[in-house]
Amino acid sequence: MAAHLKKRVYEEFSKVVQIPHEEAPAKKLRLSKPSKSAALHIDLCKATNSTDALQYLLQFARKPVEAESVEGVVRILLEHYYKETDNSVRLKIASLLGLLSKTQGFSPDCIVDDAINTLSNEKSHQVLAQLLDTLLVIGTQLPESPAVRQRLIEMACKHLSDTYFGVRIKCLQLLGCLGMVDSPLNKDMKQFPKMDVQSIISDYFGDQDPRVRTAAIKAMLQLHERGMKIHQIIYDQACRLLSDDYEQVRSAAVQMVWVLSQLYPESIVPIPSSNEEIRLVDDAFGKISHMVSDGSWMVRVQAAKTLGSMLQVSPHFLEQTLDKKLMSDLRRKRTAHERAKELFTSGEFSSGRKWADDAPKEKLDTNTVNLIASGACGAFVHGLEDEMFEVRIAAVEALCKLARSSPSFAEKCLDFLVDMFNDEIEEVRLQSIHVLREISMHITLREDQLDTVLAVLEDSSRDIREALHELLCYTNVSTKECIQLALLELLKNLNKYPTDRNSVWKCLKFVGSRHPTLVLPLVSELLSTHPYFDTPEPDMDDPAYIAVLVLVFNAAKSCPTMPALFSDHTFRHYAYLRDSLSHLVPPLRLPGRKQVYGLDSVDSGSGSGSVESAQLFLQQSLNRVSTIQNLEAPGAQDLLDFTIRDLQRLGELQTELAGAADFCATYLRCQLLLMKALQEKLWNMAVPLCLKQNVTATAAAQQILEETYKLEFLYSGLENRHVATIHHVRLQAKALQLVLSARTRQGLDPLISSCEKFLQDVESFQRLFLTELPHLQDSFVDKLLELMPRLSSCKPVELVKILQTTLRQSGLLQLKLPEQIHRATATIIEPTGESDNPLRFTSGLVVALDIDATLEHVQDPQNSVKVQVLYPDGQSHVIHPKPGDFRKPGPDRHRLITQVYLSHTAWTGQDGARASTASRHLRPPSREPFRFSKPVKVYIMPKPARR
Amino acid sequence: MPEIKVTPLGAGQDVGRSCILVSIGGKNIMLDCGMHMGYNDDRRFPDFSYITQNGRLTDFLDCVIISHFHLDHCGALPYMSEMVGYDGPIYMTHPTKAICPILLEDFRKITVDKKGETNFFTSQMIKDCMKKVIPLNLHQTVQVDDELEIKAYYAGHVLGAAMVHIKVGSESVVYTGDYNMTPDRHLGAAWIDKCRPDILISESTYATTIRDSKRCRERDFLKKVHETIERGGKVLIPVFALGRAQELCILLETFWERMNLKAPIYFSTGLTEKANHYYKLFITWTNQKIRKTFVQRNMFEFKHIKAFDRSYADNPGPMVVFATPGMLHAGQSLQIFKKWAGNEKNMVIMPGYCVQGTIGHKILNGQRKLEMEGRATSVTLCCPLAPIKLQIVLDVKLQVEYMSFSAHADAKGIMQLIRMAEPRNMVLVHGEAVKMEFLKGKIEQEFNCYMPANGETITVTTNPSVPVDISLNLLKREMALGGPLPDPKKPRTMHGTLIMKENSLKLVSSEQALKELGLNEHQLRFTCRVQLQDPHSDPDTLHRIYTHLKSVLKGYTIQHLPDGTVMVESIVIKVSSSAEDTNTKVLLLSWSYQVKYFQCSYLTDGLYRD
Repeated sequence: MAAHLKKRVYEEFSKVVQIPHEEAPAKKLRLSKPSKSAALHIDLCKATNSTDALQYLLQFARKPVEAESVEGVVRILLEHYYKETDNSVRLKIASLLGLLSKTQGFSPDCIVDDAINTLSNEKSHQVLAQLLDTLLVIGTQLPESPAVRQRLIEMACKHLSDTYFGVRIKCLQLLGCLGMVDSPLNKDMKQFPKMDVQSIISDYFGDQDPRVRTAAIKAMLQLHERGMKIHQIIYDQACRLLSDDYEQVRSAAVQMVWVLSQLYPESIVPIPSSNEEIRLVDDAFGKISHMVSDGSWMVRVQAAKTLGSMLQVSPHFLEQTLDKKLMSDLRRKRTAHERAKELFTSGEFSSGRKWADDAPKEKLDTNTVNLIASGACGAFVHGLEDEMFEVRIAAVEALCKLARSSPSFAEKCLDFLVDMFNDEIEEVRLQSIHVLREISMHITLREDQLDTVLAVLEDSSRDIREALHELLCYTNVSTKECIQLALLELLKNLNKYPTDRNSVWKCLKFVGSRHPTLVLPLVSELLSTHPYFDTPEPDMDDPAYIAVLVLVFNAAKSCPTMPALFSDHTFRHYAYLRDSLSHLVPPLRLPGRKQVYGLDSVDSGSGSGSVESAQLFLQQSLNRVSTIQNLEAPGAQDLLDFTIRDLQRLGELQTELAGAADFCATYLRCQLLLMKALQEKLWNMAVPLCLKQNVTATAAAQQILEETYKLEFLYSGLENRHVATIHHVRLQAKALQLVLSARTRQGLDPLISSCEKFLQDVESFQRLFLTELPHLQDSFVDKLLELMPRLSSCKPVELVKILQTTLRQSGLLQLKLPEQIHRATATIIEPTGESDNPLRFTSGLVVALDIDATLEHVQDPQNSVKVQVLYPDGQSHVIHPKPGDFRKPGPDRHRLITQVYLSHTAWTGQDGARASTASRHLRPPSREPFRFSKPVKVYIMPKPARR
Repeated sequence: MPEIKVTPLGAGQDVGRSCILVSIGGKNIMLDCGMHMGYNDDRRFPDFSYITQNGRLTDFLDCVIISHFHLDHCGALPYMSEMVGYDGPIYMTHPTKAICPILLEDFRKITVDKKGETNFFTSQMIKDCMKKVIPLNLHQTVQVDDELEIKAYYAGHVLGAAMVHIKVGSESVVYTGDYNMTPDRHLGAAWIDKCRPDILISESTYATTIRDSKRCRERDFLKKVHETIERGGKVLIPVFALGRAQELCILLETFWERMNLKAPIYFSTGLTEKANHYYKLFITWTNQKIRKTFVQRNMFEFKHIKAFDRSYADNPGPMVVFATPGMLHAGQSLQIFKKWAGNEKNMVIMPGYCVQGTIGHKILNGQRKLEMEGRATSVTLCCPLAPIKLQIVLDVKLQVEYMSFSAHADAKGIMQLIRMAEPRNMVLVHGEAVKMEFLKGKIEQEFNCYMPANGETITVTTNPSVPVDISLNLLKREMALGGPLPDPKKPRTMHGTLIMKENSLKLVSSEQALKELGLNEHQLRFTCRVQLQDPHSDPDTLHRIYTHLKSVLKGYTIQHLPDGTVMVESIVIKVSSSAEDTNTKVLLLSWSYQVKYFQCSYLTDGLYRD
């Protein structure tokens, strides 16, 4: 309800704000103020009993209140408050006061006194709590007045000793939200002379009510968030709360302990019942680890999550979390992981066939086995085995974070992560695969580990398989057997799930280029060449053979001796694949073959150096363009033309900079178009004579608008300054349109409205980019804003004239080199559009078409990406994919796997007709959506229904 | 002092025949009523004569609670209730109630029909016994009678396994039965709230073991099965019908589903089918995954697992078969084993412990040639009374694997439970004495721990709190007298009158107590005479005392009253001279009993020093 009301108030407000700009606001306000409060007053007076009054108040709460009339309403409410005897009505009034003081534009300082006044007279505990809540709202609305806060805090302290838990909770909240961060409370407080907020709050850590304890910890956390340094003294108290009876207290205490461990990681705390001392962060880590086996799963999740962010912990403690100290009949036993490792290092494969091969060896001293105070021991072992998958996921994530910062820990947790590949919940499996990928730079997989990892390749879930392919792309393996194993399993996978083709090939590409030396000894076996005999030429269309070739060619790239092992047909196949699958097959320097220089050599030499040089080139081009001061300078157009061409080429060559180059080129094209449109000699001619000229200019303006929308919405990573520049061009285009329409169209009315609209645009530009205005010196907008007072009062014709001159005088706005810009793109992988077999279905019924597309650099794809189907008869359908259809395989990348339902009535003609699909992007204003990807043709053939 | 007594009739320093007697607050409760699998004579059942030599048990027991359906926890139940005689309530959870009679019936069939024992309970007795059962729900508090209440918690050992919290007044005992703290594929982990019982009676099967992560074992198991299937081999998994079998089924079923495998999985029929049916029904007792997904598909409705038929064993191609019994000593699992043992592509996986002497034990110990007492089937059919014994040497070529899947808490798990429940005393049962000793040592670092043998009684004195009613007004008044609020843990004294009336205790203010009891209030004053040597006249002496007290006792109200007395707060001082010697003055002091003593002593001290 409260949220609803708040929303309504805001909605209403945003409308109210705009009115004063257009019409005379005074009149309206005068009308609304008395009506609102008067109506309420009458209502409340009419109410005979408390139920009626409550009803009126509830009704009232649904309506929005203008900022100006809030005070009047508050007065009426307070007046009624003092008269009211019923608790529930007073409670409602109190809550309304809070809501009203949230109204934007209303400063609640005038009601502080009244609210405090009511507080001191109130007897009901519930109403007291609500009033304190209201004070909290008021206090947060007035962050700038320390006096008010001081008073509120005093009130809170006074009521802290209330017997009702609700009041105490609210008081603590108040202290947490408003307590002075910088200075301790005033000295003149009699009741708590030398206490500061922290010690007041920490007194309530031991309150008898768990809710109050929770509130106290939360208040302390709130203080921390607001920047107050929490004292270390609280640490002991917080640790004691970890064993509280109530889960919400424990959960909050975990957070508290974590905060303290981050604040004072290096300070030393004593270990109870011994004279040793350890670092605080280690101690806290041990305690939180202990919470991973708590009775409540909420606390377990909290603890597991928290562990992940304690990066300062010493490695000794960290490694304990994975150690459970196995014991069997009081003998030390090795874990299965250790056994596997040992077997591997001893050169044997795991037999695991003997009954007692895990038989314990050495005898344990009973005193050293620690069962009770286990500390960090085995925290993650427990977490990963937890009953609730929420805990398991949290544990996996925490492992990931810790492993990323500590290579040795990464090595150790590998086995556990690999075990998680076998979890019963797919989400957990997927998560652990992703995590393993993230930490894969630290680790090299052993053969037995790889074996376990590869077993997952047969999973029926496509997400899992693809995540695993992704993982294999980044993994390092140690031996050539590993490579062979991986290849074998991948081929098996390919055989079982042919749809994984692209993913498998891509994976092998990376495996090959990562381990050229390991692939080398395998080449002859892989290509099944024989020193004496010619072997039959493999089938070039076999995906498995292509997979092998991809592996070999990518390895050969950095291993020049490898091509010597190729047989003749391999070279032929190389040439074929280099053409057909150029993204998978790298250029090779092959003996006896003419090296194609040029594009390829640039490509092969593309290291970081060339990216830098390309960046430099981009910057220089932009600098060059910026020298154009005057649009009419001779050669300016040519320069722009060449620069655009250069940039386009650069984008093609250097994929890293494609987005930036493309962005710049499009922007410059807009400038060029604008320049051309403005430069016409015929501008000054009489209107009827230059009709043709107008047509091209109008088209140019239209195109510029179109391009600016693309610039704004198709690129990710735009800075505010770029957006401002884009909007600036758009404004110019709009000005051009206005001028043109003024020239062509007759009649003043449309002109007036479009002028007004333009002025509004200018204003909104000013509002939106206030911080950017200094960068826009001397530009079109800058000049316009100078003239603004004059513009808003002058006649349309005059305005058009001003615009025309300003447009022509204003210089070219220099574009700042975009650093992180990427163009949003989509590629439709499935359907491929190559199939000649039409999809047959009975007309009128539906047929499902699988769509698989990769989206790059698309922000918020769930809302922005649609699939459009164009039927041959010109019909088009837009299909909204479900949010669940989007996967996120990597940063800035999304994958859309969905089904669209096609249907059509029968058409005559023997051939299958075509439908095209394209991912599309709907931009917020009601404009034509952009197309992300090239349309793909799918043959469909509706058959007439048989009757 | 009230006491709680615990006497194990079975499972004291032993595994099997769980039966524990608890006397708490005047109530006698029997926890579990199991049988020992190792014996075939009288020792197989608990010694009920311990309770009463002759006659029925009904008069001596208030209730019987069964923790789960394993026979070592419920096997003696019909014997006790029908043959010894017990008519009181028997409590068990719903799934236990459903599955328990199946197992009892099966057990009865084997003992009576196969082994030909007499003097054993009959089917009718099992039925009659089950009629006395009152089912329990998880976390439901059941009042057995006015004072005794029990509450069940999830134990995670098998379907329907429960821990029970038994409470009489403020004394309480928790009995864990068998429990498991690590969740598996079909059950969750045991959980109990912080009930702080006086005694926690816990099983301790794995008291000296800390187990490896479950995932490794699962992964190994699946990998081995998968590899054999891919080779085209057959996998035999001998299991006992209930418990672990279901876990392994789910494990394989989900794996088949995930990996898109097509090879058939068979489950040998019999009582398992009935039991599976109950597994399907009691979804609320399973783990998170099964509970969450059963709306789409009940995990126990196996897609890949089908009923086994004897003829399938000869089918070509890969397959997985679950067959009973678990130790390969008889029955279907042995038959299949004999058929498949010759092929090295096949595999047998033993998922549990094997008793010495069974074939399971032999092959696990690496014996590759087995001498069997084979019976030529055709001959047996002709003359079953005199089968011709043949010595067959079976060449074991198939691979033998051992995978331990056990659902008992390990040492860490037991400790975890202790931390959850925070008991004051601990009793260990259901484990070997040597192993218990270790755990006992560990626990005794923190609190008392006992490990009684069978028939040995341990006694724990409790310190129960006695509930007393107090009027709210009195409480508020007394609270207002004390300091500010945040000091809940500090004990505070208060004044009031305790009234014991008809079995109830009440704390009221003294005024109200007087009113209720119809008594008049009496004033109690103490007096004291002090002799002084003072030559002055009486009023002078009094005045001197007055001025002196005024100078000494600052901060007290001291009045000199006209009637010849001095009042210090409520203490009255009078002076009179003795008859014999006028110089000797007698000081009369009088104070009411409320006045704190030190005040008086201070006063008199002051006077003496004068």
